Amino acid sequence: MQIYVCVKHVPDTAANIKIVGENGFDDAGCKFIANPYDEYAVEQAVQLVEKNGGEVIVVTVGKAVAAATIRAAMAMGAHRGILITVDSQFLDSQTTAQALKVAIEQDGKPDIIFTGKGAVDSEGFQTLYRLAAGMNLPVVNEINKMELGEGKATVGHEIGGGAREVLDVSLPCVLGTTKGLNEPRYPKFPDIMKAKKKEIKQITIADLGISVDGAQSELEKLEKTPDRSGAKMLEGDVRQAVEELVNILKEEEKVI
Amino acid sequence: MATIGILIETEDGNVKDTNFGVLTAARGQGDGTIIALMMDGSADGAKDALGKYGAQKVVQLSADGADLSTSHDLKARTLAAAIEHYSLDALLGLASAQGRDIFARLAAFMNLPLASDCMAVDMAAKTVKKSHFSGKAFATIKMLGKVMLCAIRPNAIDAVEAPADAAMESFAASVQDPGLVKVVEVKKEAADEVDLTEAGVIVTGGRPIASADNYKILDECAKLLGGAIGASRAAVDAGFAPHAMQVGQTGKTVSPRLYIGCGLSGSVQHFAGMKTSKVIVAINTDKDAPIFEKCDYGIIGDLFDVVPVLTEVLKEKL
Repeated sequence: MQIYVCVKHVPDTAANIKIVGENGFDDAGCKFIANPYDEYAVEQAVQLVEKNGGEVIVVTVGKAVAAATIRAAMAMGAHRGILITVDSQFLDSQTTAQALKVAIEQDGKPDIIFTGKGAVDSEGFQTLYRLAAGMNLPVVNEINKMELGEGKATVGHEIGGGAREVLDVSLPCVLGTTKGLNEPRYPKFPDIMKAKKKEIKQITIADLGISVDGAQSELEKLEKTPDRSGAKMLEGDVRQAVEELVNILKEEEKVI
Repeated sequence: MATIGILIETEDGNVKDTNFGVLTAARGQGDGTIIALMMDGSADGAKDALGKYGAQKVVQLSADGADLSTSHDLKARTLAAAIEHYSLDALLGLASAQGRDIFARLAAFMNLPLASDCMAVDMAAKTVKKSHFSGKAFATIKMLGKVMLCAIRPNAIDAVEAPADAAMESFAASVQDPGLVKVVEVKKEAADEVDLTEAGVIVTGGRPIASADNYKILDECAKLLGGAIGASRAAVDAGFAPHAMQVGQTGKTVSPRLYIGCGLSGSVQHFAGMKTSKVIVAINTDKDAPIFEKCDYGIIGDLFDVVPVLTEVLKEKL
């Protein structure tokens, strides 16, 4: 099987984000990681290839430093990487999807393209749908169950309200992964060393014939979410504190 | 004058309350026409509820010769046809699990910009406000397409009534399902559960809850408030709660009017999923827990002592 995994290099979820100018952030002063949801995608791809044979190719759109995230995926077992470099901190999802499509089509014939259900930096939750539409492939997102069948995959996901949906998807397809699908492995030291020798092909987005000027949406402004200034502590014994809380919630906040 | 479509979501045939905030958001955009679009449930039954919040037209959508419930792609294509037919300037809806999926399919199919999980919409400026960096920042995004597609975070916008007399209509789209994804089955696992992402009140238990069974204590309290129960990542990883209950990074993003965190430390990852809640209450034994720095009201105490008393007091006072 030829399985592609689209992975994004994102600021660590625990990192402090320092906003710079109107719509940028200090990326040099911030630790980056592989997008957490993408780890389920890499793990699923590696498990499928371990069982059925084939190769796992990681594709990333980002700055040159994003190679670190490709190496992390390689340490988990991915075989090769493609890094499409851009200069900007943010790229709209349609342009990203086009870049992924062209890079994948130039490289080979996917049986499955995996990616995380969304990226924790821009939180757009749509790139995989645009990739699928561009390639005329079916797509299902937020899967936490998967079984490979003959020419199809049977996948499951939650649809809210305690309900689950099971779907049959024809291969080739695009699948977005979330927690519960598998347990991403922690690479061992020899795997990390081996990953350093694997091939990463680096190309610029312009090399793929894609212009970054045709964006459909633009990030105009970034501002820090206002933090609460700290709790009003309710004192006294449990009963007193709780009664005061209920009064406040009912009379002042009017939320109950 | 803008024409704004609203994709209405129903549950068991009833219009979900969270739709009313979306209708309110649409009304705030000048003298527009508001058209409620329904793909499930009955438009007749929903007419009064939707009219109360300002829908001027309620349209029952269907696909020619096909059952919409069998395919999400078919739904997206039907919506695309409705956007063309009614010359919509914008389509708003809920960023629920289903809403996020259908809006993304639609945006990809029509090659239009989409803002998912928005907190505010400004159609005159063609901008939306949404979360960035797991809730650590707000982004203002300019939408450059011909039609604005916005899926709004449930409960992010307060619902305000503005009665209108809604006209009824139906529209059958001539669309074809590509047929590459088929819904095999939908299993409702817990019938009486309030959807976590759309709950108005959430009571969450962290690792100190110590067992799956102990969530009953929180559930009793949450039910009194018409709410749902959530769990922290630590509690989920310890096997005390299913992943479906997890709030925060790698879990669900919620925005209830009241969030009661019991035994939560207040990690950045947890706050990523609930910091836009209107009022946050924390109950923790540790007076130095970071959560007390970031919430509105705090009680120092063991959740096993405090929550039962809270339930008792609520029974008396509600």
